[in-house]
Amino acid sequence: MTGAGVSPGNGHGPVKGVGVSPGIGYGPAYVLAEQVPEPPVGERYAGEAGPEKDRVAQALERVAAELDRRGERAGGQGREVLGAQAMMARDPGLAVEVAALVDTGLAAPRAVFEAFQKYRDLLTAAGGYLGERAADLDDIRDRVIAVLTGVPMPGVPEEAPGGVPYVLVARDLAPADTAVLSSAVVAAFVTEEGGPTSHTAILARAMGVPAVVACPGATTLDGNLLVDGGAGLVEREPEPHRVEQVRRADAARRRLLAETTGPGRTADGHRVPLLANLGGPADVPAALQAGAEGVGLYRTEFLFLDRASAPSAREQEEAYRAVLEAFPRGKVVVRTLDSGADKPLAFLPPPGEEPNPALGVRGLRMGRHVPEVLTGQLQALARAAEGTSAQLQVMAPMVATAEEAAWFAAACRTAGLPEAGVMIEIPAAALRSADLARFVDFFSIGTNDLAQYAFAADRQLGVLSDLQDAWQPALLDLVALAVGGHGRPCGVCGEAAADPALACVLAGLGVGSLSMGAAGLPAVRAALARHTLVQCRAAAGAARAAASGEQARAAAREHLPGLSELGL
Amino acid sequence: MAERRVTVVAEVGLHARPAATFVQAAAKAPIEVSVCKLNRDPVNAKSILAVMGLDVRQGEEIVISAEGEGAEELLDELAAIASAP
Repeated sequence: MTGAGVSPGNGHGPVKGVGVSPGIGYGPAYVLAEQVPEPPVGERYAGEAGPEKDRVAQALERVAAELDRRGERAGGQGREVLGAQAMMARDPGLAVEVAALVDTGLAAPRAVFEAFQKYRDLLTAAGGYLGERAADLDDIRDRVIAVLTGVPMPGVPEEAPGGVPYVLVARDLAPADTAVLSSAVVAAFVTEEGGPTSHTAILARAMGVPAVVACPGATTLDGNLLVDGGAGLVEREPEPHRVEQVRRADAARRRLLAETTGPGRTADGHRVPLLANLGGPADVPAALQAGAEGVGLYRTEFLFLDRASAPSAREQEEAYRAVLEAFPRGKVVVRTLDSGADKPLAFLPPPGEEPNPALGVRGLRMGRHVPEVLTGQLQALARAAEGTSAQLQVMAPMVATAEEAAWFAAACRTAGLPEAGVMIEIPAAALRSADLARFVDFFSIGTNDLAQYAFAADRQLGVLSDLQDAWQPALLDLVALAVGGHGRPCGVCGEAAADPALACVLAGLGVGSLSMGAAGLPAVRAALARHTLVQCRAAAGAARAAASGEQARAAAREHLPGLSELGL
Repeated sequence: MAERRVTVVAEVGLHARPAATFVQAAAKAPIEVSVCKLNRDPVNAKSILAVMGLDVRQGEEIVISAEGEGAEELLDELAAIASAP
């Protein structure tokens, strides 16, 4: 796509956001309903109370049944969460409350609204975990009122209307919104909030669906949308020939990228293994298809989320072995449980109030607070590795000091694991990587959190996405510090690795392997193959000499001429 | 009226999965059953919203009460759920 970004409301010009998952998507906009309008205060019904109460009972049951059905489709932990929501819709106390309000003459929608309000206040007053459940209650209330008033139901359509995949437009997306989606249903994501490392971005890349985030005014878009998830542009009502043209160009680009195959290496043969980030065994087929040489980040949180207790040793062992067996003789780096902050676990609450959870007891800190969960995980990993030929490496998240690294390495040795490493995502660990290197076998840089902590910018906030830019020279300096001088291999498993130009810069900085969502592998493989290590080093030097992220990107590209040949 | 006094030991308190399991068990019984924190008004144990609203946390004591046929068995079952770690 060409042309500078224009804000919405400016005719039918393109709208500019931040492209976070490359590719072209085209389809009708589906704007996620933000909220169902509040029924008017004091609204009354005509007719008898009996039929009005029946309407409420039917609407509650319809919503409960729908939640049950979605739970069945999502399976696993989704079933449990949505099942609990269905129980709320079928709550006998709530039904009595609504019926009493209808008896006073209030119309069904208003009666529902007021009855829910009472419980909502109760939960909000309790705060904490219960306070957060108020959102669940609001969701059910809005669904019931939508049924009663005939307005569109909030939530994401699970099937493409008429079989045409839609462009999902929202202020922001919650994991619950997207649990049941696939690329057969959604052509692209466009959100107003969110940054390059938000969950929407990570999910879109995992699904291989184009996505544009931090797109101001997105929820006012309608009609057919053409989304360029690389350039971050959204066009409204494009002419059919325009859609064809953009799609053809994208297909040509993909074919060109696919011409480069085999292990990751620069044009002069410097090896940079290309690995995949996995959120669970379900991501394995896409990783293999994209030619991943192994796994650079196996997130284990999926096993633990939304549960009242830790998964059993056997369940863990099976999930770990499924991935190890998929990469015979390949490297598989497993990250131990990273709970806390944006991924709270019901059975691992923080030991005290945390006004700032991102700076709280999370990652390895939680592992040391509740060592039996970490120990159980390490033992399950050791058993899973028995009899498989994969090279298992285990690493801990959120490590700040050499003492923590030593503690983790000792825990791994006790469990019988041969190779222990740590993630570098706290600036302190990057600054003193040589100290940490005395105790561990390898490092992996998590650029998302490293940027969050280096720039003191919450990665979930779209408004701060400029500070989440991995091209910021300060972040590149931290990467250089983490990599240098200690002789231990150091990879990158953050989203930065999937940016083809930045991948060349990282290789130039001495990063030994790159791990990313499978969809990013072909472009990074092709970009590396078109440049020598000397070019990559020159690009890295130019980027670090720049004064801003934007300038660093431009300066590096001058040393990487192959990128434009590839249409990157 | 039969009752059981139970200390909730689960780390999540009587929230999340334990609350759902507790209410599901209460709801399938044909008799009335209530639950309260000490010296507080009892609520319907078959109501997930009311049970969550009690905000029972780890280490707190609750009283479960029921009357009628099968009350003892039901209370034993509910007490076991509420006291499970």
